[in-house]
Parts: sequence; C-alpha cells; structure tokens
Amino acid sequence: MKEKWSALMEQDGAKTVVASLISILIGLLVGCIIVVIVGLANKVLGIGAAWDGIRLVLGGILSTGRDAVGNLSFGFNPANVGNMLFRATPLILTGLSVAVAFKTGLFNIGAPGQYLMSTAATLIVALSIPTAVVPAPLVWLLAFLSGILAGAAWGAIPGLVKALLNINEVLACIMTNWIAANLVTWIFDGSTWCNMEEFGKTGYVYKTSFNGVETAKWGLDVIFPGSQVNWGIVIAVILAIVVYAFITKTTMGYELVSCGSNRHAARYAGISDKRNIVLSMAIAGGLAGAAAALYYLSGNTEFFWSTYQSLPAVGFNGIPVALLAASNPLAIIFTGCFMSMLNIAGQQLTNLTGYNEYITDVVIATIVYLSAFTLVIKTLIAGRKKRAAGVDAKVIPAASQGAGTTPETGKEKEGEGV
Amino acid sequence: MTFLIRQTLIYAVPLMVVALAGVFAERSGIINLALEGIMIFGAFIGVLFVNIVQQAGGFSQAKAGGNWIALQGFAFLAMLVAAVAGAVFSLLLSFASVNLKADQTIGGTALNLMAPALVLFFIRIIANQNVLNMAGGDAPSWFMLRKTNLGFSRTDDLGFFGETFFNQVYLATYVCVILFVVLSVILYRTRFGLRLRSCGENPQAADSLGINVYKMRYAGTTISGALAGMGGFVYALTTANCSSTGEVAGFGFLALAVMIFGNWKPLNIAGAALLFGLFKCIAASYASIDINGDGVCLLASAGISPHLYRMLPYIITLVVLAFTSKKSRAPKAEGIPYDKGQR
Repeated sequence: MKEKWSALMEQDGAKTVVASLISILIGLLVGCIIVVIVGLANKVLGIGAAWDGIRLVLGGILSTGRDAVGNLSFGFNPANVGNMLFRATPLILTGLSVAVAFKTGLFNIGAPGQYLMSTAATLIVALSIPTAVVPAPLVWLLAFLSGILAGAAWGAIPGLVKALLNINEVLACIMTNWIAANLVTWIFDGSTWCNMEEFGKTGYVYKTSFNGVETAKWGLDVIFPGSQVNWGIVIAVILAIVVYAFITKTTMGYELVSCGSNRHAARYAGISDKRNIVLSMAIAGGLAGAAAALYYLSGNTEFFWSTYQSLPAVGFNGIPVALLAASNPLAIIFTGCFMSMLNIAGQQLTNLTGYNEYITDVVIATIVYLSAFTLVIKTLIAGRKKRAAGVDAKVIPAASQGAGTTPETGKEKEGEGV
Repeated sequence: MTFLIRQTLIYAVPLMVVALAGVFAERSGIINLALEGIMIFGAFIGVLFVNIVQQAGGFSQAKAGGNWIALQGFAFLAMLVAAVAGAVFSLLLSFASVNLKADQTIGGTALNLMAPALVLFFIRIIANQNVLNMAGGDAPSWFMLRKTNLGFSRTDDLGFFGETFFNQVYLATYVCVILFVVLSVILYRTRFGLRLRSCGENPQAADSLGINVYKMRYAGTTISGALAGMGGFVYALTTANCSSTGEVAGFGFLALAVMIFGNWKPLNIAGAALLFGLFKCIAASYASIDINGDGVCLLASAGISPHLYRMLPYIITLVVLAFTSKKSRAPKAEGIPYDKGQR
C-alpha cells in the first residue's frame, strides 16, 4: 500500500494536485487569520463575528442564511450551488483562455479586453436581430459565434504585434484592455441598446431576454430552484474537453505547445513560431469571448456599459483559475468551480456579516502567490532525482524506474507552465 | 498653456517615478510586474495616514492658522509613509523571486491581485463604502502650494514661468523630480549603482567579483517598491483628491510601458513620461484646455468624441512601442532567478 502511494506520488499530475491543495489550504488559512485579526481589532465585529466569518469563508457555499435566533445555519442550498455553477461558466472559459496562452509561453492578461469586445458583439447581435423574423435559437447561436469571433479578433492583436513587431505581449494586452474598455463605452454611449425603459437602469444595456434570446435551462432550474444556472455550464465543460483534446491529440495543438516549450527548437523543427503565437492568442481570445457570450446570453444578466474606468474582474480571475490548475484544461473545470464557490462564500459574507466579499479575493491572491513557487518546488524534487539517477543509478534501484521517467515529464510540464 | 503644462506635470510625475521604480527592479534582475499593486497599496496607506492624523486632530491648527510649511511637512510625511508601505509590500515579491526563485511574472500578478483585494477589504471595513477619503477638507485646500504662500498677493502676476511652476502646484511634484534626478545619478555614477546594474546583466560575473547578488536584488526591488508606493500616493494626492479606491487606473502598467519605451534609461524615461502625461492630461481635461490662450478650447470644439481622447494614451503607447521595440534592449538577466551553480 505504501509503495503504491509513493508510486502515485511519483507522477507529475499527483504532485501538481498536492501542491495546489496545499496552496488552497494556506490561502484559506491566511483569509481566516485576517478575519480573526480584523474581528478582534474592530469593536463592532468582535470575536463572535470573526467566528461567523471563518465559518462562511470555509463553508459559504452551504450557508442557508440565519435562523430565527440569529445564528448562522448550514445545509444544502440549491440556489447557492446553482449560482456557483452559473458563475463558474465564465471563469472556466477565461481560465481556459489564459491556459491556452500559457501553453504557448504567452501570458494572456488581455482576457478582460477580449471579454469586453465579445460582450459588445454578443449583445448587439442578440438585441438587433428581431426574433419575430429569425427564430430565437438561431439568434442565440449567431450572437454566441459573433462573441467568440470578436474575442478572437481582439486577442489576435497582441499576438500579431508580438509576432511581427516583438512587442511584449503583456504590455500589448494591457493596452488593448483599456482600448477595449473605452471602445465599448463609445459603442454603447447614446445608442438604442441602452435600457431607457426601466426606471433607474440608464447605465445598463438591455438584457438579451428583452429580445427573447436566452440560454436554455432545460431542467437545471428544477434541480437548483432559485438560481440563475443554465446550460451554459455544460457548454463550458464541453469546451474544456475540446481544448484538452485539441492540445494533447492534434498536430496543431502539439505545435502550439512545442512553441511554448522552446520557441527556437520549434522553429528549427520547421514549426512557424510566429503563426502559432498569433493562433494561440486568437484561440485564447475566442475562449474569453465565449465566456462573455455565455454570461450575457443567460438572459438575466445586465451589462453596465460606462465601463471605461474599470475592467471586468472575471477576465483577471481567469489567471488564478489557470495557475491553480497548472494550465490543465480538465483541471480548470474544477478550479473554476472552486473560484466561483469562493465567490459565493464572499457574497454570503457580505450579506450575513460585517465583513465583505473582498476577503475571498485576498484568499485567491494568496493562492496565486503560492502557486508561483509550487512550480519551483516541483522542479527541485525532479532535479534532485535526475542528478541522483544520472550520477549513480545503482545505489537507489527502487527509485530508478520512477526517476528515469519522471524528471523528463516534470521538466516538460515546467516549460508549458510559464 | 500654463494649465496644460501644470496638468501634464501632474500626470507625468507619478509615471516617471514609478517607471524609475521599474528600472531599479529590472536593472537588478527582477521583473517587477507588481508596480500597479504596490502603487495601490502605497496610495491606500498614505491616504489612511492622512485620514488618521486628521481624525486625531493633528495639523488642524496649522490648517486653521494657514501655516503652509507645516502642511507641506504633513504631505511629505504621508509620502514617506507610503514609500515605507510600498517597500514592505514589495518584500513579498523579493522573497518569492530571490529566496524561493519563483516565477517573477506570477509573483507580480499575485501582488497585483492582492493589493486591490486587501485595500478594498479594509476600506469597506473602515469607511463602510468603496472609497476612503480625507477625514476633512480636500486635497487642494490642505496640500496645494499657491503664490499667496510665497508672499505674493492674489492679484500679482508672476509671469509665465512663475505662474506655471510656483502657483497651484504640489510639493510632491518637485520632491519626485529631485528624487528622480538623485536616484538616476546613483544608478549611473556610484559604485552601488554599477553593482546593481551588473546583477541585472551578468549576475554570475558580479558574484565572482564578490558582489552579493541576493542583497543587490533585494536592494533593487525594495527601492523599486518604495518609489512605486510613493508614486501611488502622489497619484492619489494630485489626481484623485487624496482618496483611495483600490485602483490607480492602470498607471502602474502604463509606467511599465514608459519604462520599456524609455529603454530602461532614466533620461529617455523622463521624456516618455512627459509624452504620456501630455496625452493623459488631454484625455482628462480636453474640454478645458486653451492651448494658445485666445479663450477657445480647440480640442473640445474639434468635434471629436471624448472617448477617442481617452483611448489615445493607450493607442499611442502601442504605436510608439511598435516603432521602438525592435531596438529595445532589456537587462540581460532579468526574470532569471540567480543560481550560484550556473555558469
């Protein structure tokens, strides 16, 4: 049994999972410590509120509010779980967006801009085509596709300037983010898409349900009553599987990854590194675009159009989702759900205690900070084994079999991650 | 014109200082992507300091008595506090990237996520809203230098030069300019500066000559953090009416762009910062800029959408980078964790 366990731990995937779990635990711990310190230092909150805060940070998803006496009550809350799945949809997709770029050695910090451009395209298509003429499902599909296309086009820009002009993609992404924020505000400013009918809603674009376009719920609203969940989550999961298959099973995906592992070696092998950089960023942009399209096509979400001073947080939150999953598309399904679970916990914290939702962002940031060196710790383990195996393989025969294979795979994963 | 120069300086100075912060980190071999986060953190601590001191009644007599020297000292003190806060916050980055040899981009991103989260968490607890303001009064009435402070009367005309640089300005602007010059000289004309730069180019060679690469990188990142923290507070003081909202409108990232555009050299950075400051100023106040002084606001009457003006700084950055990035030369060893055993 012990040997089996250690054999399992030899595998790179297992090491990644363990490292991620440790990061999550420490992140939650840091969050709890801050909650306690603030609770003790603040006269209004006190130790009782701190205890409530800790329980909500750790188990906010199971919160069912407060009972008659005023104590927190816990149990299965279908609305929370449904909302968690609903919010996980864009997170999974922006996570995939960042991960695909990571695989090609690029840092896609431009997901917010791609998300915004897609939002504009999706909403315009979904609201402009009259559903009296064209059937609503077809409009939905057109809006979804145009969102993806808009995101892909916007993502391709940093890719192009990186490939052709050698501009750092991080900078290009940041600039295109802010250009997108201003452009989207410009598009909607004074347009007929702005909601002028409902009182107090002047800052918002119409919901797509005004035109009868919304993502189907098909029974999910029965399973999770009171929540916003729809079949978008299923589409997101399918897309994650498609991306996984694309990266691991196709020639194109292999070329993307080899450009990420070693750009010069890939070029030497006859792979066009420039083409792949643009392609990778376009795919990343398309995925971020799909995130926005699914979020706003749900029919019950509104877009605040005067957005030129801020960027959508869900775009940036794709980064921790991807990092925590070590850029594995299948793992992203789970890390995306985990992030949205924290999100729900934060919401409960704001509603039920004197704390606010930003503590969960602190938890996420801590996890990202730790994930910066889980990669390193893994390299250290792999590196030591490699040296041991290389210098004197006979001394440790038990480990030699594992050591012969793991260092290489570990090394490969390293290249993909950064 | 006076207004234009004054406003441009207000935007250019934080950019310049924070870009220099980036230079100190990168010249020592650490990519400091966390400039934005450190700015946010520094701004918050600086504003919090001002708020707390005001609530405790400090400097209220100076304010009432019009003792402008004491008030400027207060502003200077707040800048120092913000700088210390930035330096401490940046230790998180240096610890991860020097001691643990972590990926610097991810570490920086983590700080960029951490700063707004922490800051907004505390602001909400302290102020019950998403913005922390001064406890009383506003930034111009407390911290702005006017010609009346220098013994002139309100109606005196100081001429173009005097009006531009001595009326309605902030002490912070000049402190930053002086710091910028002093630190640039330190970077290029002292032993410490040479050692720091060598750690960003070839740390192995530097180590072989007895320079402690780890210490130098810590020094670079800490100076970087102090400058960025101070720059964040200066930004909040001069453009955001001394309030903290958990964001600095992408100034930290813009400073990174300025640094790259300036080719990691202080003089070029000063020029680049002025250019971006000009466009930022146009974006913020295009409606009231009177360039040739004939009372007509040219930019506002040109019929161009304000959204375009707001976009301009970012478009210009991209265009300018497109022309300069082929020639740009980053410090050779930046982003690579120092490994003693490597040759």
